[in-house]
Amino acid sequence: MSTNCPECAAEFDLDSGTEENEIVVCSDCGVDLEVTSLDPATVVLAPMEEEDWGE
Amino acid sequence: MAKQRKIGVLYSRVRVEEKWIFAVLEQRGIDYDRLDDRNISFDLNDPDPWLKYDAILERSISYARGLYSTRILNAWGIPTVNTALVAEVCGNKLATVTALASAKVPQPETRVAYTVEAALEAIEEMGYPIVLKPMVGSWGRLLAKINDRDAAEAVLEHKSVLGSYEHSIFYIQEYIDKPDRDIRVLVVNDEPVTAIYRHSPHWITNTARGGQGEICPLTPELTKICQDAARSVGGGLLAVDIIEHPERGYLVNEINHTMEFHTAAPTTGVDVPNLIVDYLMSVARQEIEVL
Repeated sequence: MSTNCPECAAEFDLDSGTEENEIVVCSDCGVDLEVTSLDPATVVLAPMEEEDWGE
Repeated sequence: MAKQRKIGVLYSRVRVEEKWIFAVLEQRGIDYDRLDDRNISFDLNDPDPWLKYDAILERSISYARGLYSTRILNAWGIPTVNTALVAEVCGNKLATVTALASAKVPQPETRVAYTVEAALEAIEEMGYPIVLKPMVGSWGRLLAKINDRDAAEAVLEHKSVLGSYEHSIFYIQEYIDKPDRDIRVLVVNDEPVTAIYRHSPHWITNTARGGQGEICPLTPELTKICQDAARSVGGGLLAVDIIEHPERGYLVNEINHTMEFHTAAPTTGVDVPNLIVDYLMSVARQEIEVL
């Protein structure tokens, strides 16, 4: 499953076992990406951390 | 034949913890829905679409979304893990501190003030260093260790103009000179199940900030303070963070109600995701009543 980074356009592979809504890191530019679909593989820029995020 | 229970898992993003929990739910053949909190909405006059759930596991990364969702679901009688009441207490530091104080659970000295002047006076009385914390927040975000009056004046002024009124409710905690580590204890239904030290040369030892994990033995003393702490906030699935004071011993620093365990589970070998699902299913079967 390969896709392109929306930030730097680099093509990279998603690891097997990747899930929808998981955050992956672009192997080229290092930006955080959210996986929005597995087949076909698509990613978008991950949401920015907000003030009430946490555990 | 036992009734098949229906589970919902409310989440914001799939962290490694959610992956592990989903995997356990699937391995055990449990009927569950993934509920992305970005895609849901509640009609407050129509609970019907939600009444199919016997229990909902709340794993939202957003405190507000998790709190408000569980408040609505609990009002409809749908059990959640954890409940809105627990989230309300754990997600707000002042609510946590007052719950711990009511139960006489040892914790760091804390003061609250509403103006820069009153905060400065409180800080001077406590003595430096102190730690300023946001009332709501996690992962060590926006913590400030204040070593002297110059720093106090600067940080308080910045906080007072940040925009949100909550930054002007000054939460001041004594600084504990701890041994380059704190302790995270995972507690299920008031019973500690495992613990790790979180080591870091930085005064913020949160693993979200790079702290390293090591197994911590669950001594009777550690077990007791965690049981008391968990009960004081309403119980459930909790991560109790403990600081070791050189003279006063264990102090409860905070309690997390949507705990992360990406370091604790692999470090200790304890199957935390299965324990979570065990507890969730006990709630779904009404063997444990949370409402």
